[in-house]
Order: sequence, then C-alpha cells, then structure tokens
Amino acid sequence: MKELLANLTGVYGPSGKEDSIRSAIEKEIKDHVDEIRTDTMGNLIAVKKSTLSGDKPPVRVMTAAHMDQIGLIITNIDENGFLRFSNIGGVSPFNVINRRVVFENGITGTVSYETELENMKDLKLNKMYIDIGAANREEAEKQVSIGDAAVYYAPMAAAGNRYFGCAMDDRAGCAVLVQAIKTIKDSPNELIFVFTVQEEVGLRGAKTSAYSVNPAMAISLDVTLTGDTPKSRPMAVRLGAGPAVKIKDSSLICHPRVKNLMIDRAEEAGIPYQLEVLEAGGTDSGSIHLSREGVPSGVISIPCRYIHSAREMVDKNDLENAVKLLNSILENEIVL
Amino acid sequence: MVEVLKRLTEARGVAGNEDEVREIILELAAQTGAEVSVDRMGNVIARKPGLKTGKKVMLAAHMDEVGFIISYITDSGMLKFHTVGGIDQRLLLSKRVRIGKKGIPGVMGVKAIHLQEKDERNKVIDQKQMVIDIGVHSKEEAQKLVELGDYACFDSNLVVFGDNKVKAKALDDRVGCAVLLELLKDTYDFDLIACFTVQEEIGSRGGEVAAWHLKPDMGIVLEGTACADIPDVPEHMHITKMGRGPAISYMDRSSIADPELFRQMVKTAREHSIPYQLKENIAGGNDAGVIHKSRSGVPTVVVSVPCRYIHSPSSMMDLNDFNNTIRLMKEFLKGCESR
Repeated sequence: MKELLANLTGVYGPSGKEDSIRSAIEKEIKDHVDEIRTDTMGNLIAVKKSTLSGDKPPVRVMTAAHMDQIGLIITNIDENGFLRFSNIGGVSPFNVINRRVVFENGITGTVSYETELENMKDLKLNKMYIDIGAANREEAEKQVSIGDAAVYYAPMAAAGNRYFGCAMDDRAGCAVLVQAIKTIKDSPNELIFVFTVQEEVGLRGAKTSAYSVNPAMAISLDVTLTGDTPKSRPMAVRLGAGPAVKIKDSSLICHPRVKNLMIDRAEEAGIPYQLEVLEAGGTDSGSIHLSREGVPSGVISIPCRYIHSAREMVDKNDLENAVKLLNSILENEIVL
Repeated sequence: MVEVLKRLTEARGVAGNEDEVREIILELAAQTGAEVSVDRMGNVIARKPGLKTGKKVMLAAHMDEVGFIISYITDSGMLKFHTVGGIDQRLLLSKRVRIGKKGIPGVMGVKAIHLQEKDERNKVIDQKQMVIDIGVHSKEEAQKLVELGDYACFDSNLVVFGDNKVKAKALDDRVGCAVLLELLKDTYDFDLIACFTVQEEIGSRGGEVAAWHLKPDMGIVLEGTACADIPDVPEHMHITKMGRGPAISYMDRSSIADPELFRQMVKTAREHSIPYQLKENIAGGNDAGVIHKSRSGVPTVVVSVPCRYIHSPSSMMDLNDFNNTIRLMKEFLKGCESR
C-alpha cells in the first residue's frame, strides 16, 4: 500500500489534465479487470463482471474515486517572467506560500506574494505569483504557457504508520480502489470502478460517468477532515480509528440503506469504522446520487489531516481497513 | 451587421422573459433557411442539417440578459424591485428602464444629494432603498400599467462610436446570438444546431435542458465576456483586452475546455492569421458548464467577444473583435468537416 500510494501521489494530475494519472492507474489495474475504457470527459471506467449466471441480472455497483488533484493554473505571464495564477479547486493562499510546484513538463517553481501587502489576512491568490527562475517573459514562455497548470511538488514521506504527502485527496481513495480491484474475490455483483476527473472543480466527471454507467448503487471513496488535532473544529473523526462511513456532507445525505450496509459489513467482519458528518465539502457521490432517476449512494471516507495542503496526512491502517470494508461490501450479494 | 446587433441588443429579454428577443431571433434565423423551433423552456433551436454526416454540433448563445423584476407597488405608485442576474448595485442610480410587455418607461430613483446626510453620500445605495418611478402618484394608477412579476429592463440604444466601437446593453450575450445568426447562413457537412438559450444569467437553466434533448456530439459556446483592460486594474486581472480578437477559454468557473477542441481552436486562429487571445484570468461561468456535463459528457469549448462594462446599460465592444469571432468560427467549423 505504501509503495502504491507513494507512486500515485507522485503523478501529476490537476483537474482537467488527468492523462498521466489515468495512465498510471490503468497500468495498475488493467490485468485485474474484464473491461476498461476512458470516456468523453476522461474518466477511467473498469468493469469486473458478475459471476452470476442465469436470468437474474446482477446488481450493478459503481465505486468511484477521483484521480484529479487541486492545482494552480497560469493566467498571465508578466514582462519579468513571473507567472500569475488562479486556483483549480480549493487552494488556500496560505497553503501555497513559498511552496515548490511542478508543471506537467517537469518545470518547477516557487510560489510567493506581493510583499507590499500589509495585512496577511488580505492575501489573495491574485496577489501571488509563481517564480520559475525566468529572467523575462520570453524566457518564461519557452517553458510554460497560459493555461498550463502546476501541482505541489511534494514526494510522499512516512512516519511509522502515517503517510504525509500531497494529493492524498484523493489518491488515497484511488489507492484503496486499486488495492480492492487487485484483491477482491469473485462477486455476484457487476462491479464498475470509476476513477473520475474534475471532482475538485465541482464533481463533474462523476456526473457524466454515473449517467453512462447507470448503476443501481454507488459508493465513492474520498478523504475527509478530522477533529483530532490541537484546538481543531469539533468533528468526531480521528486519524487511525478506521475508515469513516459518511452520514452526510454538503453534497449529499447518504442513502440509509447504503450507509447501513456499510455498517453491517464492518460489524460482521470486525473492521474498525467511525461515522462521519462533514459540515462543509462534498464528494463524487453528491453528483452520482442525483443521476437519472436517483442512485442510492454512500461514501467510505479516509480520515486525512491538512487536506489541500502539500502535506496531507493519512494512516496506513485506515487505508487497509477501507480496502477490507469495500471488499466485504462488494464481494457479497447486495439486496437493496 | 450592426443593424442586427442593434435590433438584438435593444430588444428586451431579461432572464425568464425572453419573448421580445426570441421573436427577432426566430425571424432572423428563419431567413437563413434553418429549421427553427422553440422548446419547452423557450430556447430557440435553429437547425441546419448536414450534407454528409449525422454528427451534431451544438452552438449556444444565450438570449437573456440581466435586469429586474417588480416585487411591490407602494401607495404612492413607486415600484420596488429585485435584480435578476448579477448587477452591480452602484450602477443603478438614475438609470432608465422599460417595464412589462408594454415597455412602460421608468427611472430608478433615490433621494437627491441635497437630502442626503454626509455619511450617506459615501455609501453605495442599496437596491432595497431604491424605487422605479413611472411618473404616477397612486397605487391604483401604477397598477393600471404594471403588475407584480413584470420584468424591467435597462433602456439603452446601440451607438457606434470611437474607433469601430459600439455601446449597447445586453452585449452579453446578444453578440453571441449575432455570431450564431451569421454562422447559420452557411451549410456544413455535419448538423449545425444553433441554440439560443434562456435563463443563462440565473444559472444556465435553458442550456441544461437544451443539451439534454439535443444530445450533441460537440458543444461550442459563444459569449460576450468581461474585459477589464482599464486603468486601476492590474494587468494580470484584465481577463481580456479589447481589440485583441476573440478570447478562447482554457478554463472558467463552470467548465474546463475540452483540451483537443481548445487546441484546434487556437490552431485554427493561428493558421488563418486571425487575432485571438487567451482569457488571462479565471472568472465567470456560462452555458458550457451544463453542456459539457450533459448525459455522458460533451466535448465543449467557449469562444468569447471581449465586452467592457458588462452587465451594465452601457457595455462596450470592438466591432473588429466581433468580426474576427465570426471569422474564427467559420474557419473552425469548416475545419470540423475534415476532422
């Protein structure tokens, strides 16, 4: 898991530019699935067929994790070669100050801000820039163009069972999904695994893939906040206490039958879990549950500290238990 | 061409009340030989069947504009109102409007400077404190002219001035409508479906429905977009620059351009030496937000004409940008045939 996560978090893939991360995931899973395709928006869709034979159609379950990560997109290059940028997804100015960032072509830069600013509270992204070491506009334009995007340059590090790195949101979910695909036993259900695009900019890939997949039930895997750091906002999710079964966030109220199914399976298999209510934030199931006539949907969340920073932190046991929980749900017959 | 722009921009068409502009578009679209229809939401669909393939290319421009809706009539016959779509409160004072089907004239009033306290003069006057004065002095008289729920629209004529510039209201997005009407004059290998959408300004509501029933293979949105190339705005926040040609979007707040369509659009401009610009800031959204997410996804890109002072009665555009947008789109659509 550690190696897989280090690999996936190190691959470039801001929303809208998921080609590299899609290839990396495709390579990991292609020998373990029956079908694999990429759709119009760039979602990677893999199928494991049901073992059921006979007339009864299998229950089609969509499991989703988003491949994209937040990023910075160049909007302007000034005469001195500094790059102005806007956000792709939720980028806090404070999280990017003096951070090293990397573009798709490997060019790296440092993010800084206009120092005439008197009050740091007034810091906004439009008062910031990326310095790629270019002496002027011409030199900068040889290396990058308007519309190019950068992500954190932050290789994963481990401290015991804890992993630090960028893009745990949601490569941690992708890693769980990849691991589940590799380890899952035969299933009576038709399993559709979707690695979605453009979640960070509005759950967009999930919307179109849910339409084409047309599932009977959906589960997405994403990170969630924790309330276990000094003087943090109250939240009953702790790192290392197991995958969290989502009750609600601002994008959806999880379907009670899906939520209960998760709890039942966790109890039966003795997998530690916790319940999650996320006050702000959403994930792919927010889009999926509104697809067509509605799809009963839930979310398995991976507790994660410092979300959207270059040093997001997850726990090894949570990841492993998330794989176990997901497999126990998907391997058994689902009655909705 | 300016005549068409004049008719389109001077027509009233606040979101949800697009009848007047729709009538003009129906007339002009029919003149191009397109099959014209109106869907249940009120979107105008003008179709030019393809000569060869059944591939469907949806072009979208929204007919609606920002404006006001009458919410209350005071005993003295003054009209209270709410904004429909994004309007800067600071530009409302003393503006002329036209209200309802009959286009009753009115002015936006607030107490004169003589009556204001010192600190009041330094504040933006909230729209809630303002009224539309239609020149009557009782509720009964006002009710003969206006009903609750009537729309009010900026009253502003198109004027050509300066160096090939026009001033008008509703350039966002009647300029896109004018581009579509021009493109409808040609016939292509593929089905061209020009969609003049309703209710974009309040959440791309018409576009969502249209994309659903049209099931296009590709979407191109034509917009009038913000242009902040004015003093006091730092260069990196200009978004677009007037006179530099159509703006091609790689991303806005509602969509990320399909990478291939974006590349092809830029390539087309370069190959035909048509001036173009990339939007130099990420702001605003448009119908592409709903079109690209329709059903299982539609490759979509946005091309915009830069407009200064957008969402005001005096927005401004360079006719060269308008003409270059038409040139770019014609070349792009021709190129589509070989792709």
